[in-house]
Amino acid sequence: MLLISCPNCGPRDETEFHYGGQAHVAYPESPNDLTDREWAEYLFYRENTKGTFAERWVHSTGCRQWFNMLRDTVSYEIHSIYGMGQPRPDIKSTGQSSEPTQPGEFTQAGEFGQAGEPGLAPGAASPTATTPISSEGV
Amino acid sequence: MSADHLPEHPDFLWRNPDPKKSYDAVIVGGGGHGLATAYFLAKNHGMTNIAILEKGWLAGGNMARNTTIIRSNYLWDESAAIYEHALKLWEILPEELEYDFLFSQRGVMNLAHTLGDVRESVRRVGANRLNGVDAEWLDPQQVKELCPILNISDNIRYPVMGATYQPRAGIAKHDHVAWAFARKCDELGVDIIQNCEVTGFIKDGNRVTGVQTTRGTINTEKVGLCAAGHSSVLAEMAGFRLPIQSHPLQALVSELHEPVHPTVVMSNHVHVYVSQAHKGELVMGAGVDSYNGYGQRGSFHVIEEQMAAAVELFPIFARAHVLRTWGGIVDTTLDASPIVGLSPVENMFVNCGWGTGGFKGTPAAGLTFAHTIATGAPHQLNKPFALERFETGALIDEHGAAAVAH
Ligand SMILES: Cc1cc2nc3c(=O)[nH]c(=O)nc-3n(C[C@H](O)[C@H](O)[C@H](O)COP(=O)(O)OP(=O)(O)OC[C@H]3O[C@@H](n4cnc5c(N)ncnc54)[C@H](O)[C@@H]3O)c2cc1C
Ligand SMILES: [Zn+2]
Repeated sequence: MLLISCPNCGPRDETEFHYGGQAHVAYPESPNDLTDREWAEYLFYRENTKGTFAERWVHSTGCRQWFNMLRDTVSYEIHSIYGMGQPRPDIKSTGQSSEPTQPGEFTQAGEFGQAGEPGLAPGAASPTATTPISSEGV
Repeated sequence: MSADHLPEHPDFLWRNPDPKKSYDAVIVGGGGHGLATAYFLAKNHGMTNIAILEKGWLAGGNMARNTTIIRSNYLWDESAAIYEHALKLWEILPEELEYDFLFSQRGVMNLAHTLGDVRESVRRVGANRLNGVDAEWLDPQQVKELCPILNISDNIRYPVMGATYQPRAGIAKHDHVAWAFARKCDELGVDIIQNCEVTGFIKDGNRVTGVQTTRGTINTEKVGLCAAGHSSVLAEMAGFRLPIQSHPLQALVSELHEPVHPTVVMSNHVHVYVSQAHKGELVMGAGVDSYNGYGQRGSFHVIEEQMAAAVELFPIFARAHVLRTWGGIVDTTLDASPIVGLSPVENMFVNCGWGTGGFKGTPAAGLTFAHTIATGAPHQLNKPFALERFETGALIDEHGAAAVAH
């Protein structure tokens, strides 16, 4: 289970949170001008990085606020937690997984909840990524 | 016990050749789908100068990590067609591959726990029958007759309101399936090359002409990707994107028990599915971990929740002990259907997106993907599963429709 440090509430179990998929996906600026390919990219294509990945989480059973996280998708180590309006912090390991470090060892970059994510259209501040919670097996 | 009392080492089922300089086709990934693809390329299309490149050991990925459920009771016509074709192949493969991999058609039940479930299930039974897929609707009493250990009383949070039942569905031994295909591939001349990771592709313009591997460069006319959870990583190396998210999917087994569970029971509402393996372990799985992950492990609360669901449905499991848990990396798509077809790179083909349910599809994936690679065009069965559907909008939305939980 991940131990996630909510910027508002502090360290809490993963079960208190919900996943929001890739971070920094902006709503298209001129939706009417998009080609089918561009719509497909916006709706169905997300990065599927093996290594350091910027993603969104919401503290659904706590403060109910969204925030961003940089997490290694191989070691599951959390590198950084930062507010919705913040740009992706520049950490050195990208693309490839790093060695796991101590649990809870992360930096909390920036203030939480700043407005105006770069490239985000007005009114589109809520996460748009649809996370496949497909299950089954079988 | 001294060494001379040990049995003889069994014969090896396949060679371990060094990679050749070039092949007519290279399959990336030595799981069930890669093996089945190579088998049908050799058998149906006479392509025997081919290789399977596997970064680890044969079938060490999802092929040996799944809960082995095989069924074809999907809602939509396109899915019913390909999964039912797979089921028909499962029925003849033990003989064709000359290997008894314990395919056991003990039936699969999909439980309904709400009025919505009931309506969806009855509709699916009707759709299945129209598509020639065996399907029945069972009331709770009939559920109990088929699986006496199931709790059908209404003293649980989500009482059983009935179930769909596919009698021809069942389970098989996944590692034996892999070995069966591997032995036949080897006999037909296919090179199975383990510990050989593909690290890049060589292209001439937009046409792939070779692969870079940890065991050197290999030239090839055609490349077929069968890398399951790593499909996005390979596509990126080749210069295109896939609408796939990789998630951990976990499963567990109990200690060995006497036979108590005669069929396979799935419940998407309370999120557990259970069968009893031939040796006696109770095999259980549940939903994916919510986050993207390549770690072949997930979070423990997922296991805890599936156990809670299992114990409520099967009270006698309360004192069974978990023996081990594990995870695989599944390649999910947003419509819960696979992608089998051409790719944006010439002479490169993709088979992926089978997500949490591709074991059952192994033979049909192999058959149709081999056809696609050999002829350069999709087989009738995989045509609807092209990558373009995410642009055209012709999705095959099996979320919730095919007893795929949501
Ligand atoms: C816990 C769990 C339960 C499941 N239960 C069921 C079930 O009950 N029924 C069902 O139908 N399906 C089930 N599935 C899904 C099923 O296992 C998969 O859909 C199916 O196995 C995928 O095809 P595969 O066998 O070829 O994949 P894999 O066995 O994962 O094969 C892919 C191979 O590609 C290799 N590879 C990756 N990258 C490279 C590279 N760069 N170079 C070389 N090789 C590479 C990997 O090492 C791997 O061996 C389950 C999956 C899991 C994880
Ligand atoms: Zn909080």
